[in-house]
Amino acid sequence: MQYMLLIYQNEMDASTQDKATMAKVYQEYQALNEDLKKRGQFISNHGLKPHTTATTLKVRDGKTVTTDGPFAETREQLGGYYVVEAKDLDEAIGIAERIPSARWGTVEIRPVWG
Amino acid sequence: MQPSAVEAVYRREAGRVLATLIRLLGDFELAEDARQEAFAAALEQWPAGGLPENPRAWLVNVGRNKAVDHLRRQKRLLNGDSHFESLAAEAQDPDETDFGDDRLRLIFTCCHPALNLEAQVALTLRSVCGLSTEAVARAFLTGAETMAQRLVRAQRKIRDAGIPYEVPEAPFLDERMGGVLAVIYLVFTEGYAATSGERMISAELCREAIHLCRLLDALLPGRADVQGLLALMLLHDARSGARVTPAGDIVLLEDQDSSLWDKAEIAEGLKLVETALRAPGRVSPYAVQAAIAALHVQAPQRDAKDWPQIAALYEVLLHLQPSPVVELNRAVAVSMVDGPEKALPLVDALAARGEFKDYHLLHVVRADLLKRLGRQDEAREAYCAALAAARLEPEKRLLEKRLADLG
Repeated sequence: MQYMLLIYQNEMDASTQDKATMAKVYQEYQALNEDLKKRGQFISNHGLKPHTTATTLKVRDGKTVTTDGPFAETREQLGGYYVVEAKDLDEAIGIAERIPSARWGTVEIRPVWG
Repeated sequence: MQPSAVEAVYRREAGRVLATLIRLLGDFELAEDARQEAFAAALEQWPAGGLPENPRAWLVNVGRNKAVDHLRRQKRLLNGDSHFESLAAEAQDPDETDFGDDRLRLIFTCCHPALNLEAQVALTLRSVCGLSTEAVARAFLTGAETMAQRLVRAQRKIRDAGIPYEVPEAPFLDERMGGVLAVIYLVFTEGYAATSGERMISAELCREAIHLCRLLDALLPGRADVQGLLALMLLHDARSGARVTPAGDIVLLEDQDSSLWDKAEIAEGLKLVETALRAPGRVSPYAVQAAIAALHVQAPQRDAKDWPQIAALYEVLLHLQPSPVVELNRAVAVSMVDGPEKALPLVDALAARGEFKDYHLLHVVRADLLKRLGRQDEAREAYCAALAAARLEPEKRLLEKRLADLG
């Protein structure tokens, strides 16, 4: 099965980290990605720019309406995602708990259609 | 053969049959339907044809064949789904030794933390214990229709989210076991003191909880947490016959007729407590609670109890598993060791934290302490607060009596 791991965190917290911490976290992400690739579980992964860069769009009655910002203001914002291959939810949980941001943010695990 | 004999087989085998069908079919909902059809077929055929030699294997085979038919009708087999092809071709005699493991897997699936706690309890009762949807609905004080929907939702989540049908591996086992035991204990306490209404004990739920815990102990032997919980439930359940009068009134421990206690359950419970407490590693909170229950059973009279040891065990429990309920119980033990004047500040501090103010036992304990200190008016006030917070009719009657005794 494929699972999407949606990473939510408070952007303010993340942006106030010092450089050394950021570098360490970046390294941890790199190591996780390498390991997932080695095991054939890596499908894709991206970090997202801050929610202030977001644009929300909807099409109603053929008209496109775009607005500034994310769909909903929340304490934690979507900051990135993984798509991974896992045999079941427990294996996906095992990967999710290794995501560095899980230690201060939240990871939502969603099975992917198909 | 009477249809009631089929029901007896259902009671005994429903959980095992479902567990094996889930393994064979790989789908919770499909297996649930297959089990239902298998028992429907049994009701049709057994009364005339007699009980098959191995009813469980019969039910599993019929259930599997019904499911295969069903899938064939849906044309899933024709499309070359290899899993179901092999399913149809599989040998007709499921291995007897698999049943135990299947049920263990099923318990862990039903109690998976990705399901909400209520769904875990409901699914366990329905799937592992084989209770009817109506019976599960009664336990939750809800309608059968609502419960049926909840169960289907939970089963679909198991399938769609890929919740495994597996006993978790070592690093996860302890944590998951904690969740499983919490569900079992919840089933028991719900049965032991229904949260509201007229009836005090729902024996069926208590029996199912003990049954499940025995099953865990048999399938994963030597675990102190499982033995501790089993001991705790046995020591409570042993007294259920003496806890309530035929009229439905509560009998307090020190007033209970101990000849009504179940001696075998007590003996088994006491033995399990010893084993669980002696096990190496971190002490299980269930074992500590069971040890306290053991002391109560061994010396039911208030004055004969080993209160210092009870107080010390609550101290340990508070350390292992802090909770307001444990704090309150410890305060009661302290009052018996050091006097009510030492215990009252503990209870007052607990009350001042506010998180607990609707819990009637907090007010009961406070009232009892105030009464022992000779502060009648304040005691009366506290009993009234307890009465207002109590939900069960028998508890209300007990409190009214105490209020009347106060004069």
